[in-house]
Amino acid sequence: MADIGYSKKVLDHFMNPRNVGVIEDADGYGKVGNPVCGDLMEMYIKVKDDIITDIKFRTFGCGSAIATSSMVTEMAKGMHVDEALKLTRNDVATELEGLPPAKMHCSNLAADALHAATKDYKEKKGEKKNGG
Amino acid sequence: MNNKRIYLDHASAMPVDLKVLGFAERYLKDDFGNPSSLHSAALTAKKAVEDARKKVAELINAENELCVVFTSCATESNNLAIKGTALRNIGKGKKVAASAIEHISVINPMKELKKSGFELTLIPVDSTGLVNLKKLDESLTKETAVTSIMYANSEIGTIQPIREIGEIVHQKGLYLHMDATAAAGRIPIDVQDEGIDLLTLSSNDMYGPQGAGALYIKQGVKLQAILPGGGQERGLRSGTENIFAIAGMGEAASIAKKEMSQESERLKGIRDKLIEEILKIDETYLTGHPTQRLPHHASFRFSGIEGESILLNMDLRHGIQVSTGSACSSRTLEPSHVLLAIGLKHEEAHGSMVITLGRSNGLENVPQITEAVKETIERLRKLSPL
Repeated sequence: MADIGYSKKVLDHFMNPRNVGVIEDADGYGKVGNPVCGDLMEMYIKVKDDIITDIKFRTFGCGSAIATSSMVTEMAKGMHVDEALKLTRNDVATELEGLPPAKMHCSNLAADALHAATKDYKEKKGEKKNGG
Repeated sequence: MNNKRIYLDHASAMPVDLKVLGFAERYLKDDFGNPSSLHSAALTAKKAVEDARKKVAELINAENELCVVFTSCATESNNLAIKGTALRNIGKGKKVAASAIEHISVINPMKELKKSGFELTLIPVDSTGLVNLKKLDESLTKETAVTSIMYANSEIGTIQPIREIGEIVHQKGLYLHMDATAAAGRIPIDVQDEGIDLLTLSSNDMYGPQGAGALYIKQGVKLQAILPGGGQERGLRSGTENIFAIAGMGEAASIAKKEMSQESERLKGIRDKLIEEILKIDETYLTGHPTQRLPHHASFRFSGIEGESILLNMDLRHGIQVSTGSACSSRTLEPSHVLLAIGLKHEEAHGSMVITLGRSNGLENVPQITEAVKETIERLRKLSPL
């Protein structure tokens, strides 16, 4: 087994990523990163009563970009949207039993993707309220 | 993972040939003398170094074995070639030139020279990695102290038109350094016939032990030592000789000279089959030159996915070790300067994979490798939003 400084948990999430895919009728959608920089993540969430009931992701990027996206989706499932907005990159890295220093920006990106999807949900909800 | 491990990263590291190990281990155990001493143990060590020098000289057809200076690695040889020549010939001028796809151990010493007032010119290459000869001709002036062009590139496999480059450099009366780390022991090199003034060689890149490199210095080319001290290696490389590694490098060179043509032909067969099969995958492209390439080298890029993920999946899921020029695999988090120099966009350069074959690989490995690459690309593309 390769040892390139990734924890077992990172490698597990890379090898068996959770919640991969898209949600067609998502309540929130977020996309962060840039293929030019080598990573791009998108996240879809379904929300009921402000609780994230389903979440899916797709990621273009390195091993830790894929692992952190997968980890974030696991952490966010069942979470209140306000809690999801408070999730930090350190929370993600800690849950993965650490990341090599050069890869910390990946966990940042994963948290950002979740925040973007959550904000999108909140905005849409706000529009609905205002509209209705 | 039921399949056996397949190692396809010989450009990064190679195992030591057991014949080499058998030949050289006495210099660690019994004949461990210091060549600079005066007693009999020293003589054996000294002879080991001189024999190795002869064998390395023969591999590259040097005019005289005294043209070979042993160092600790290719990086040191490159540093000695560039800084040593530039600083010793500072009267000529304060310019250095290199191709845009040189190894970092050529680029960085040149960048260091820039800090002390040297002007650095990078010569562009075309989309296959061949040096632009017109630009080379235009860029060199009589002030250019040394020009460094890789014999063949380890990331994209492209072999340069050595003679044409030599003619351009020599018409201006300048010195040509070539880094042959990736080429030596793989394809024939003849420094006299090809007009090379300085040539870098690495022991471990031809099945010799780690810890030895060599620099060929054509008779008459003047260099300044960059590691002053006890004056070993005709004053050009001080420090007690690493007899084991040097003797091993000599033996490896000798074996390479004998076996190279047959082995390269064998590897070429595997390489061509791999390229044929892997290029069947959608949106997959060969990087480097289609024909002017090292016999053991196959390099690709796949759109929509990233190289470190490719490497990890190949290794963890399939037990196959490959390399990549991806940003995420490098210390700087920048994509490979070689891939950018051949005109790839950043997002294209991220999705590269490099295979370098060696003695342990056979034609029978091709189906397993091909299947692994297909699964990897398919899996990562499913994960990718691109």
